[in-house]
Amino acid sequence: MKTDWRARNHPAWWAFLVHRISGIVLTLFLPFHFWVLGMALNDAARMDDFFAWADRPLVKVAEAGLVILLAAHLTGGLRLMALEFLAWRGWQKDLLAVAAGLTVIAGVVFAYVV
Amino acid sequence: MNTRTEVRLWAAQRISAMVLGVCVFVHLITIMVAMRGGLSAAEILERTQGNWAWFVFYVVFVAAVVVHAPIGLRTIIEEWLGWRGTWLDILLVVLAAALGLWGLRAVWAVFA
Amino acid sequence: MSDFLTVRVWRGDEQGGFQTFEVPRLESQTVLDVVSHIQRQLDPTLAYRFACRVGMCGSCAMTVNGKARWTCRTHVAKVAADGNLELAPLAHLPVVRDLVTDMSAFFDKWARARGQFHPTATRKDPFARIRPDSAQRINADAGIECIGCGVCYASCDVVQWRPDYLGPAALNRAWTLVNDERDGAQAERLRAVAGDAGCHACHTHLSCTERCPKHISPTAGIAGLKRAAMKAALRGDL
Repeated sequence: MKTDWRARNHPAWWAFLVHRISGIVLTLFLPFHFWVLGMALNDAARMDDFFAWADRPLVKVAEAGLVILLAAHLTGGLRLMALEFLAWRGWQKDLLAVAAGLTVIAGVVFAYVV
Repeated sequence: MNTRTEVRLWAAQRISAMVLGVCVFVHLITIMVAMRGGLSAAEILERTQGNWAWFVFYVVFVAAVVVHAPIGLRTIIEEWLGWRGTWLDILLVVLAAALGLWGLRAVWAVFA
Repeated sequence: MSDFLTVRVWRGDEQGGFQTFEVPRLESQTVLDVVSHIQRQLDPTLAYRFACRVGMCGSCAMTVNGKARWTCRTHVAKVAADGNLELAPLAHLPVVRDLVTDMSAFFDKWARARGQFHPTATRKDPFARIRPDSAQRINADAGIECIGCGVCYASCDVVQWRPDYLGPAALNRAWTLVNDERDGAQAERLRAVAGDAGCHACHTHLSCTERCPKHISPTAGIAGLKRAAMKAALRGDL
């Protein structure tokens, strides 16, 4: 038989899911990111056309989402490496709280600057 | 894939993660600084064009991503889609190479 | 506290379904008490497993309201405050009947992880002298109280996603032996536990650590194995 959400409903499992989903989304975003930067190769004006198009609320929200996912993947990854490589101690949930806190800060700062 | 290669891939993902830890941190700060007052091609190119420090940084960044992301995708595909085997490994090497070339093209575009 | 518990119990094999029983609610009642009441008073055909009733033998683990638990030391008051219990066999193991699983795969993986002690001395040799405060002894101590109940194995999603994954209990056992300086099969053991079917498949979900009734953290031992096997692989010794 298989387990269901009741078995998975604890902080570290949700942290895993955030790490995995953010990793997938960031990987899928990268080719698109490189495509936009590559516009500078032939015609920087095309890049400005794109920035003009992107200057709308829905895109801003998507950008904020990507920044939060990037920050979450960074802090979640540092948390994982601390658990895997440093001496074991009862700090799993503290690390998780720090990672979540830093991610929220990154999101707030981004929302402030745009 | 033999056990030693599997373990080395695991290690490669962690080592690339350590490099990315630094790169992503710098990248997030750059985003926050660059996004103030909106983006423009001129502003980006002013920062990056002819700047060897940024060029080397972004080449390292792309290289670390090329190592890190496909290893993660391989695990996810194996676990959630149940596809595994040599052809999957070959496909991911091809995707990694494509992502690397595409990324280096972008780095060159803002440097040259 | 209401007078009765509503208990849904898994009946049959993998293709079975839940059957509902009404069980009198008692003070200090354990989940195993509930199962025993059903089998003795309501339906003698109910199949389940238990032996010691005091948390030593590791045979009574089941899925209780969605989570794997040892039933002999799980109080109803803790898991079914609203008077509803759902009991199912442990996940990730073939169901024999009702609440009984076939645990062969679980224990076979202990053997595959080189969970056997390989002595290097004979009875004529003097005793090994191991300091109680040595790092290795402390590492081994943290893992040796495992009772083999299978709760961690049933809680681990990697076991579900990679059926060949050795699982937390077998890897925890291997880690206690990696830290046993009297053992003579260290290189073979590291080879057995490394890679995509071994410790490196662990995603640090910490479900095993969360659920282990003995408060062992298999995740800690698995992290130790990851490091040890990585060093060996990078040296070319794996």
